[in-house]
Amino acid sequence: MNIRRIFLIAVPYLWLGALFLIPFGIVFKIALSDGALAIPPYIPTLDFSQGWAGFKDFAGKLDFENFRFLASDDLYWKAYLSSVKIASISTLATLLVGYPIAYAMARAAPEWRPTLMMLVILPFWTSFLIRVYAWIGILSNEGYLNQILIGMGLIDEPLTILNTNWAVYIGIVYTYLPFMVLPIYAALEKMDDSLLEAAEDLGCSRFSAFWLVTIPLSKAGIVAGSFLVFIPALGEFVIPSILGGSKTLMIGKVLWEEFFNNRDWPVASAVAVILLLILIIPIVLFQRNEQKQREAEE
Amino acid sequence: MRRFSWFNATSLTLGFAFLYLPMLILIIYSFNESRLVTVWAGFSTKWYGELFQNEAFLDAAWVTVKVAFWSSTFATVLGTMAAYVLVRGGRFLGRTLFSGMIYAPLVMPEVITGLSLLLLFIAIGMDRGVMTIVLAHTTFSMCYVSVVVSSRLASFDRSVEEAALDLGCSPFDAFRLVTLPIIAPAVISGWLLAFTLSLDDLVIASFTSGPSSTTLPIRIFSAVRLGVTPEINALSTIMIGIVTVGVVTASLVSKRTMTHRAADERKAEQNDKL
Amino acid sequence: MPVNEQNVFAPWEDPKAKPLIKFENVTKRFGDFVAIDDLTLDIYAEEFFALLGPSGCGKTTMMRMLAGFENTSSGKISIDGVDVGGVPPNKRAVNMMFQSYALFPHLTVYENIAFGLKRSKMPKDEIAARVDEMLRLTRLEKLARRKPHQVSGGQRQRIALARSLAKAPKLLLLDEPLGALDKKLRQDTQFELMDIQEKTGTTFVIVTHDQEEAMTVASRIAVMDEGRIVQIETPARIYETPNSVYVADFIGDVNIIEGNVSPQDGGVHHIDWAEGQSPIIAHADPSIANGTRGFFAIRPEKVAISAERPADRANAFQGKVLDIAYLGNVSTYHVALPTGNIVKAQATNSRRLSRRDITWEDTVWLSWTDTAGIILTQ
Repeated sequence: MNIRRIFLIAVPYLWLGALFLIPFGIVFKIALSDGALAIPPYIPTLDFSQGWAGFKDFAGKLDFENFRFLASDDLYWKAYLSSVKIASISTLATLLVGYPIAYAMARAAPEWRPTLMMLVILPFWTSFLIRVYAWIGILSNEGYLNQILIGMGLIDEPLTILNTNWAVYIGIVYTYLPFMVLPIYAALEKMDDSLLEAAEDLGCSRFSAFWLVTIPLSKAGIVAGSFLVFIPALGEFVIPSILGGSKTLMIGKVLWEEFFNNRDWPVASAVAVILLLILIIPIVLFQRNEQKQREAEE
Repeated sequence: MRRFSWFNATSLTLGFAFLYLPMLILIIYSFNESRLVTVWAGFSTKWYGELFQNEAFLDAAWVTVKVAFWSSTFATVLGTMAAYVLVRGGRFLGRTLFSGMIYAPLVMPEVITGLSLLLLFIAIGMDRGVMTIVLAHTTFSMCYVSVVVSSRLASFDRSVEEAALDLGCSPFDAFRLVTLPIIAPAVISGWLLAFTLSLDDLVIASFTSGPSSTTLPIRIFSAVRLGVTPEINALSTIMIGIVTVGVVTASLVSKRTMTHRAADERKAEQNDKL
Repeated sequence: MPVNEQNVFAPWEDPKAKPLIKFENVTKRFGDFVAIDDLTLDIYAEEFFALLGPSGCGKTTMMRMLAGFENTSSGKISIDGVDVGGVPPNKRAVNMMFQSYALFPHLTVYENIAFGLKRSKMPKDEIAARVDEMLRLTRLEKLARRKPHQVSGGQRQRIALARSLAKAPKLLLLDEPLGALDKKLRQDTQFELMDIQEKTGTTFVIVTHDQEEAMTVASRIAVMDEGRIVQIETPARIYETPNSVYVADFIGDVNIIEGNVSPQDGGVHHIDWAEGQSPIIAHADPSIANGTRGFFAIRPEKVAISAERPADRANAFQGKVLDIAYLGNVSTYHVALPTGNIVKAQATNSRRLSRRDITWEDTVWLSWTDTAGIILTQ
């Protein structure tokens, strides 16, 4: 093959190899190392000058100690389980909020649809951090929401929402809503109106036509949207640390604290490795769903 | 028959209220006189004035824009190359690994990407600063660029490139004279996406920045941890404003070109009938 | 057999003529799939050569091998006596008009046509002259400054043609050039293509799945099936003397009746096709061996339909009218024979509201002469 083609392939390939693949190798390696009071705060370090013997010596010192530690301390177990729980509940809530929006967009007049699309995408371009931050003022004890509820006489005491899991759910639904709306909208928009008319013609009520025709036809969009929310929500750090409380356990936050606060790099790395392993399942399922959809379209 | 009912109207109203009210409140209270952010005490622009005197924020903003500019530019070049390899490159050794490395960063939790890059920089003894953040941002945003560009590459008629070869172009000239002009809109939106992602990133920047290279999100994050402040409200309003103007302009421009194009096409078909 | 007169263009019948394009035992495989199977073919200069076949028969692959977008797996292709194996598309004196037209959307009509000329480093004033000539040839003068999306489908087709002809290639390849046009426009454009081919004297190789198009424009047609060429002939001979049931069926409408062939005196053959029916009488040259399983093929327009038995026809069979398709200029009658075979007969409606005498369920006679059909053995 010619030099240009090799160059074209090699440059992005080597870049990703050096800055994506190798760093992962390092994370795996450190996850198997032991902590030490030094910089870098772990042993063993690989000494290239020793050659093969050095490598053997190095490999012999690697162990699963950190993983055993993670398994024995129930903080980590609970953090993993709680992450899965929070991500699942938020995904479901996002679906419940997002589906009617996507449905209404798909039913709107065609000349309105590009504008509605833009309105859904616009928040995505705005800073994630700011969108999460906006909720502090709303949800705090003396926040706008409590002011309104007390003003309307619905409650006497302010509700405590900020620094609880409730705030985290709201934050995730709010920030990831476009990821849910867009794939469902794409699936619904393709749907032919005459299908519903045909279903009603064949004796369906409006509701059963929706249940038997619209929902199954938008299934691919629902699945795609759910994974697009679930996968990043699982490893989320910003939302639990800004809106969540000290009791909110999420693995992204645990990893951050192990690294920055406890300076325990080997444990942080082990946490990362396990988070990755947990993520493999939804990612593979997501890929399958996409694959199936592509094949259906061909 | 269009089934647009009161139910649909309600879901749209509530949905968009949910999406926009929090930001709207933020904007309104950035003009609040009082330092107590939840109590309205009259209109004032004084927090904007204070913001522009805050050296720490201005420095951080400058670092952020620098990082975003360079990383999005590198990411666009690398991501376009990667997209071309993925869509037009044919078979080569390790193609599966290559496409895996393109798609993996899209679903990777930021904490892991940040951690792994930091460990790399320490392992090779690289001092952390603007340079390391640029490297980190380039790596993850090139994947987004390549997804955007490759979907455009895959959707356009390959025979247009073949026509260029057929008419005497070398493969490189065919790319320069035909492919690149056609995919240019996707390359530009890829650059914008990369720029925004970099501007927005807190987690990866926190891992890879050094003491002298604090970015705006890192500054905001440490301020936000202490609660709501009117300066942050003002800063947020400016950022929301810039993005809104940008996105609205872009969508108006694209809408205009599309209407023009549709009108041109209609006219062309009518000409043929005459 | 038609006489080969001096002024008739038929280089393929001249043993001294040198072909412009030679395919010699060319095979093309894509993985396990054989797209082109050991194909040998000559195409002569100034021919308008059509590759005809259903999708997937390999016709597009042949064209792409000529253009240089695909390499042969084995065998040799030469253009003007030069082996073109391994020569990239940009180094071949061959141009192609793409099915999708593949116009450059960001360039004007003028720039599209000038594109190839600029690549060949032609002086600027010569480029301008050549582009103007092409614009005149394809009647696009008024559209030179437009972009491709600002012109109609028919005009786009002409831009693509002008662009591919601009470099005056030895050989022009046309991939389904009229496929995207509606029927009326397609018919007009067919004549335009023939006209331009004649004016420029370029060799045209056209790929099409539309038999009418191939019949109209081509000097010779190659009918393809599954990577092989089934028959190469002039349009008239392909229609009148197809060499197989596949070709007979692919080109136009045909009745096929299967039976046992027995040769008689003077080139006459009998086909015993059903118990209790008199044999079909037909001529065949050369003679076919006794007892061969054969197929009698006859075009519907060569089958006469009448209420009474005609006296002077070699073949006459009685049947019942099942269906009548009235197409305006002609009507096609579907007639069921007592054996269950359905034979189509076509009659011209030369008088207004004529042939009212034949209608559904009528018992009619179908008849044809002994030279109207042919006997195929494959």
